[in-house]
Amino acid sequence: MRMQAKAAIAAALIAAPGLASADPDDDTLIVNGEIEMTTKTSAPEHMSDTYIDTIMSGWHFRSDETQALQMDDFDNSGMIFVDTGRAQWEQVEGSEGNSCASCHEDPADSMKGVRATYPKWDPEAEEVQTVAMQINDCRTENMGAEPYGYTSTEMANMEALIAVQSRGMPVDVKIDGPAREMWEKGKDLYYTRTGQLELSCANCHEDNYGNMIRADHLSQGQINGFPTYRLKNAKLNTVHARFKGCVRDTRAETYKPGSDAFVALELYVASRGNGLSVEGPSVRN
Amino acid sequence: MKLSTTILAAAVIAAGTAKAEPVAPGEVQFGDYGGIAESLTGKAGDPENGAKVMKTKSIGNCISCHKVTALSDAPFHGEVGPSLDGVADRWEEAQVRGIVTNAKMTFPGTIMPAYYKTEGFTRPGKAFTGKAAEEPLPPLLTAQQIEDVVAFLMTLSEE
Repeated sequence: MRMQAKAAIAAALIAAPGLASADPDDDTLIVNGEIEMTTKTSAPEHMSDTYIDTIMSGWHFRSDETQALQMDDFDNSGMIFVDTGRAQWEQVEGSEGNSCASCHEDPADSMKGVRATYPKWDPEAEEVQTVAMQINDCRTENMGAEPYGYTSTEMANMEALIAVQSRGMPVDVKIDGPAREMWEKGKDLYYTRTGQLELSCANCHEDNYGNMIRADHLSQGQINGFPTYRLKNAKLNTVHARFKGCVRDTRAETYKPGSDAFVALELYVASRGNGLSVEGPSVRN
Repeated sequence: MKLSTTILAAAVIAAGTAKAEPVAPGEVQFGDYGGIAESLTGKAGDPENGAKVMKTKSIGNCISCHKVTALSDAPFHGEVGPSLDGVADRWEEAQVRGIVTNAKMTFPGTIMPAYYKTEGFTRPGKAFTGKAAEEPLPPLLTAQQIEDVVAFLMTLSEE
């Protein structure tokens, strides 16, 4: 039965090759010939009040050449920073004589699945925390070390090391219970039209995904691929740095990376990707 | 008769020019459907400069969202807004002026930015720096640039 459904879908796709060039494509992302990524799936229930019924990874909106860079780790420049992140993981820093490895040992075991569920409510801290906040809590509380800058290279490296342990696992952030208030705040922000251009996240990434804006192909603004290696700036980019860039481009006063506003927005935007695979570190334009 | 009307109109324009102050962004009078009957500058626009404003990224950047075949010497026309080919056949000049000035007065909720608006923004910033700015902000286009764009758009007739 399942086989038949797949065959029917394949037949339908073959029968409709002439999609307009600006539409997201129907390619399949398999990394290293083994990690099958879910890059399109049904929108989560909470998006039933939007026009979107299928959520899609930003990977579908990139050229074949850019897509190919994420299909093999030897071509994925983001993987270089995973290696650097691993060296940081082993590095003893701070007054307590600890490295990350002192407590968390092998990240392949201890960090598996972590990226998929963040941001999430931390009952001890009584706040919604991002992976970056957790990393810095560990550094200051358990290592006696200085926190990393929120969007620094070191932070991006460490986030990449943590994300890669969950590659292929479905994003599954919780939006109920004590996280709800921050989620609602993030949703408000997503629909707020900021700056002199009066643009919200939704104006481009909900109402106009698939359309070209100048030479850029608008995606759904999913963040399942972060941290992201961008060809545009040839470095690994954190999600809050990307949010900041987007808000700046509305000719607005930006929010600060790590601020409550951006933590809330990260929770909300992550939840719009519930069901897509964790892809970090991904490759984009 | 027709001649005298023209002369009269010319005289009115000349009088308007003598005052030489463009309508301030906060003083613009929109009609019931978002149109603006009178030139913001009291002068005719320059369609050639309007074309330049529309295709230059650092000025109007209109083609970022709109396809305009007459401007196809500039690359990468967007798809967010409708094609503007034949726009002069579909809209009166007053409506075009209203849309370029503040499209939300014609189409409430439209994504299109207001090009001659200086106040009433959420988190107004200083251009693309990400830094805060005090309102009133300089408008995205000057009154004359608006008129130039309107003049160019009114040349886009396919009939």
